[in-house]
Formats: sequence, structure tokens, C-alpha cells
Amino acid sequence: MQTLTQRLANPTRFMELSGMMLPWLFALAAALIAYGLYLVFFVAPPDYQQGETVKIMYIHVPSAWLAMMGYGIAAVSSFGLLVFRHPLADVSAKAVVPIGAAFTFLALVTGSLWGKPMWGTYWVWDARLTSVLILFFLYLGLMALRSSLEDENLAAKLTAVLALVGVAILPIIKFSVEWWNTLHQPSTGFTSSVYPSMRTPLLVMAIGFSTLFVAMHMLAMRNEVLRRRVKAMRMVEVEQRDSGAHAIAQGG
Amino acid sequence: MSDLMNLIGRDLRLAVREGGALGTALGFFLVVVAMLPLGLGPDLNLLSRIAAGILWIALLLAALLSLPRVFESDHEDGSLEVLATGGLPLELVAAGKSLAHWISTGIPLALLAPVLGILLNLDLAAYPALIATMLAGTPAVSFLGAIGAALTLKTRRGGLLLALLVLPLYIPTLIFGISAMSAATMSPGAFGPSFAILAAISLASVVVGPIAAAAALRIQLQ
Repeated sequence: MQTLTQRLANPTRFMELSGMMLPWLFALAAALIAYGLYLVFFVAPPDYQQGETVKIMYIHVPSAWLAMMGYGIAAVSSFGLLVFRHPLADVSAKAVVPIGAAFTFLALVTGSLWGKPMWGTYWVWDARLTSVLILFFLYLGLMALRSSLEDENLAAKLTAVLALVGVAILPIIKFSVEWWNTLHQPSTGFTSSVYPSMRTPLLVMAIGFSTLFVAMHMLAMRNEVLRRRVKAMRMVEVEQRDSGAHAIAQGG
Repeated sequence: MSDLMNLIGRDLRLAVREGGALGTALGFFLVVVAMLPLGLGPDLNLLSRIAAGILWIALLLAALLSLPRVFESDHEDGSLEVLATGGLPLELVAAGKSLAHWISTGIPLALLAPVLGILLNLDLAAYPALIATMLAGTPAVSFLGAIGAALTLKTRRGGLLLALLVLPLYIPTLIFGISAMSAATMSPGAFGPSFAILAAISLASVVVGPIAAAAALRIQLQ
């Protein structure tokens, strides 16, 4: 009996399965986000202190959560590459990094837009903000290291090592608001301290964003698999042309 | 064990006899610290307030510039391959070379810092804390830096990439180094916790650094 990850080790099977799932995933993400936005703008009440600016939170919180999940996926994929040598692990690690970086950027931007009216400043050097900024730098470092090596196999493994070293940042981000008493409020999560009329839209947006993330990740993985196939085909073509030219030269 | 001591001794001898390496790092440290007051203006009160930050950042940059030395020359002349096939595990090789880097670069930089503190009008009461935090923090600089040095061994434009990879890893060291320093002058009671975390970061990097650096080297030496 094979596990799902073992069966997906065959890229062809992955392409079939993902091709089948992708349209549904994107449709689901669109529907959830549309419903979430409707709830946010027409159902959720403005906060009694923050007014309408609280609505930035419905984008900020899911982005921040996905920024960390993205790094988690990159780290797990890197582990899968280095330890199990799973053929799709590197494809997954490579595909997730730009998406994770984009969500990290989104979390930072929405956070600072919210901070201006609420804290009176776009940026403070508090523990949560600083640690998320480090996460963004780590994403940049992963992209830079990969792009600076020509040998793709080598680039994949070295990037995986760096991704695993950077994992230490995740608990720091998670607990930064609990270890240090800073400006950024601790996560209330989906606990009862958030009123249900605000909690439901947040939950819908979080699930919608996560679905979008999974769909984009899958799409990027498909692109990467296709890119590798094209590259392999080109190599074969060049080899054949070379050997053909060689044969003509010898024959002549 | 004697293999490890031999390796550290060899690296230290190389650092001393090659010349230039240590002098360059110290010279860079001096020049950066001398440049900043020129850019910020000669207000002594301002300088004494930000002296700790300037010294720490200049130290990190000076150490960063010396990092390629950890593996590069050994990789170029092939002795890294000899070390990798020798009896010593690659993790210990990386640890030994990081330790040699700390002794040959980290400690001299940390000891030069108080001298440069005079240029910045650093409060005299802060000197013991400055030396203590820098000696406790620089092992993290060397051992985490070794990861970056190992990762960028074969890259083109390695120096810039090294900075991008390693500086984010240095941020926690910088934060707790500075917070221990400011605690020492403002509220002496708070020095302990920050200093303890700084030391913990160094100890953790002594463990993580060699393992990750060895993994990166092994991938490239195959």
C-alpha cells in the first residue's frame, strides 16, 4: 500500500491529478474570498475603537499566517529533498518561495497601512514586525542563492540546507508577541474573545486565502515540472543534432 | 581530538602567516567606525548614545568580509577535499575552522572595539559590558557565518550573496547584544537576561553552524 506522497513521486501522476484539481481549487478560492469579502464589507460591524480600519485585518491575518505556512512548506519540502530525495520535493520548495515571499510582503504592507491610523506610524521596530521582516529577508536569500548557481541540482540542495537553517525563525515569529511585551497584540486566533460576527468573516477569508495559496502553489509546481521537461527535451534535441552533424562529418 | 587541534592550529597559523587577513578586517572596522561620525556630525552626545550600535554593526560587517576566507582558500588548493576524505568528520572540520575564525577574527575585533569606543565618546561604564557582549556574541558570528561561507563556496558573485544570506541570521545576535549593552548603562538589573539570551544564541549556533555547513560542503564536494 503506497502513501499519497509515494504515489505522487511519479511526476506524470502528479500532473494528471493536479490538472484535474486545479480548476476546482481556483473556483473554490474565488467563491470563498468573494463570500468572505461580502461578509467583511456588508455584514461585519466596524470595531468600536478601530472603526472601518479593522477590515484590513481580514487580509492581514490570513496573509501573515500564509507567510509562515509558506516557509513551513519550503522547509518540509527541503527536508523531503535532502532526506527522502522525493522527486517533487525540490519542485515544491522552488515553487513555494516566491509565493510565500509575496504573502509576507502583503502582510507587512497591510500591517503598516493599518498601523498608520492605529499606532500613528507605518513601522515600529517591535519583535513581531522585526521577525516577520527577517522572514522576508530569508525568502529573498533563498531566491538569491538558487538563482546564483547554474547547476540546478546543486542549487536545489544548497537552498534546502539554507531553508532548514532558517526554520528557527518560525517559533520566534509565533511567540514573539508572547515572549516580549510589544506593540503588536498577541494573536487571539479564533477564540471566543473575538465576536462571532467578526470571527466568521475572518475564518472564511483565512480558508479562502489558504485555498488560493494551495492552488497557486500547485500551478507553480506544474509550471516547474513543464519547464524541466522542456529543458530535458531541448537537451535531447541538441544531442541528437550534434550526433547527426558528427555522423555527416564522419561520412563526408 | 588531536586531529581537531591540529586543524585549528593550522588555520590559526595560516591566518597569522598569510598576513593581511586579520589586518584587513581590523582596518575595515576602524575605517567604518571613523566614517560614521563624519556622516552623522560630530555631536558627542549623539555619538555616545549610538556608539554601541555603530560598534556592533561595524563589527558584523568586518567579520562578514572575512568569512569567505573560512573555506575558500582550502577549496581552491584542494586541501578541503583532503580534509573531507580524512578521518575527521566534516562537521568537526567545519567546527574547527569556525573556531579558528572566531579566535583569529572575532576576538581581535571584540578587543579592538573598546579602543574605537573612545572615538565615539562611549560611556566608560559601558566598557565591561561592551567587551563581555562582544566576546559572547562573536562565536555566533563565526559559526553562523560558516554556514554562509559553505553555501556560497561555488557561487558566482559570492561576496554579495554571502551578505544577503548571513546578515539576516545575525539580526538576533545584534538585537540582544545591543539590548544587553543598553541595559548595562541604563538599568543594570536587566543586563543578565539579555546577556544570557545572547550567550544562548552563540551556543545554539555552535551546534547548528557546523552541521549545516558540513551538509552544504558535502553536497558540493560530491
